[in-house]
Amino acid sequence: MASVEKIIEFRDVSKSFGELQVLRNLDLHVNAGEKLALIGPSGSGKTTILRILMTLEDIDTGHVLIDQDYLWHQQVEGKLQPASDKHLHKMRENVGMVFQQFNLFPHLTAIGNIQQPQMLVQGKDKADAQAKGMDLLKMVGLEEKRDHYPHQLSGGQQQRVAIARALALEPKIMLFDEVTSALDPELVDEVLNVLRMLASDTDTTMLTVTHEMNFAREFADRVLFFDKGQIVEAGEPKEIFSRPQEPRTQDFLKKYIAGIA
Amino acid sequence: MEWSWTVVEAVLPKLAQGLIVTIQATFVGAFLAYVLGLGLALLKMSKIKVVAWISYWLGEFVRRTPLLVQLYFLFYVLPDLGIFLSPFVAGVIGLGVHFSAYTSEVYRAGIENVPKGQWEASRALNYNSYQTMRFVILPQSIPPMIPPLANYLITMFKETPLLSAITVIELFNAANIYSNSHYKYLEPMTLVGLFFLIVSVPSAYFAMRLEKHFKPKSMRG
Ligand SMILES: Nc1ncnc2c1ncn2[C@@H]1O[C@H](COP(=O)(O)OP(=O)(O)OP(=O)(O)O)[C@@H](O)[C@H]1O
Ligand SMILES: [Mg+2]
Repeated sequence: MASVEKIIEFRDVSKSFGELQVLRNLDLHVNAGEKLALIGPSGSGKTTILRILMTLEDIDTGHVLIDQDYLWHQQVEGKLQPASDKHLHKMRENVGMVFQQFNLFPHLTAIGNIQQPQMLVQGKDKADAQAKGMDLLKMVGLEEKRDHYPHQLSGGQQQRVAIARALALEPKIMLFDEVTSALDPELVDEVLNVLRMLASDTDTTMLTVTHEMNFAREFADRVLFFDKGQIVEAGEPKEIFSRPQEPRTQDFLKKYIAGIA
Repeated sequence: MEWSWTVVEAVLPKLAQGLIVTIQATFVGAFLAYVLGLGLALLKMSKIKVVAWISYWLGEFVRRTPLLVQLYFLFYVLPDLGIFLSPFVAGVIGLGVHFSAYTSEVYRAGIENVPKGQWEASRALNYNSYQTMRFVILPQSIPPMIPPLANYLITMFKETPLLSAITVIELFNAANIYSNSHYKYLEPMTLVGLFFLIVSVPSAYFAMRLEKHFKPKSMRG
């Protein structure tokens, strides 16, 4: 039963930036294949959680595990030590991330962006990487844009290429950090549709930080509401959105409906 | 004062020799400036704070003191310490070291202007440090470096008359020596100015073209 396997675990994780504590003794379990939506007010630590999983940010205390293996630590002769570069490199194979600002490589074409990581990181030859790249471009509906450079693509198209690029390395876990908030409103859906498709067609574990509540409701198996570096409330979308128990969740959703959050 | 073609004829061969020295000094000096500058830039970006700090101030020191003084130091002071350099070698080292402080800033800015998101995307795709530099950062940072580096080449060319202060017989000094011994200044100095113009103007135009050519197509990372 793959679906009950814990693929991500945060155990008592804290993280500060200088004086500012961003995560407070966070505990979090994610099952393999789960689709998670992370919601909450600005500054509540949602991005930080994804960045820790992508090894873009380290942790101060506690432990993070991916697939039963420590992310920021490693066992050396039975003792836990800070992870080496080599260990981090190995652990990163499990995770892919899509950023708010796309972060495509501007000097490479759409297909080049998807091809290069496969060749450099997985050692694939060009033909294989290209074939896989074309499949993915097809999947995100951008086959005919293969030779376009990022600056020749709309924001929505760039973001779809960025998703394809991350998927090309076949990570078990995909992280999406507000992938539509830099987009013009009319381009949001073309990107969300790709996420919807991934959610229904793959058993990839997906963690999505989003301000699109309607999307979160239909996409997620579970919604986590964050505030001040802690999970205030978690549950199935219909519970969280229809019957929020915590005052802070109620308040946040009320503000969201009023168009402020 | 009357223009004399006889003087022109007499001085031209000497100027031609001087021009060769000028061009040699420019290119060897620039080569040094590009290589030393790259080294200095890497030191300035070092993760080791002291190294970064010392190399930063070293660069500032070299940049904020006159090239003429540095040339005097290399040619007239170093011999007191037992280091004897020929005028040309001292001049080229002076040019190279002085301008390496400037080129190091070009390299540093070029690399630091690549958006943070590019480093993060590379990390997220599991590139190692070498792959990140080689395939992501340098391809984006080298094109904008080329025009300012070319401009420093032109600036160095224009600064070469300073080498006359340490007895290098480059273009200006060749003219000067002739002038002082024949009391003819109009023709030699006019020709020197003309030579510099003939080289500078087209190369400035070329540098401008480079700038256009390497203008970033998109600022978005
Ligand atoms: N590198 C950093 N240095 C200092 N402070 C940081 C850094 N990264 C994040 N922060 C701060 O940590 C807090 C939590 O940041 P985080 O980005 O995780 O919030 P978020 O929930 O994603 O918010 P948003 O909805 O605005 O994206 C914020 O106050 C942010 O300003
Ligand atoms: Mg965020």
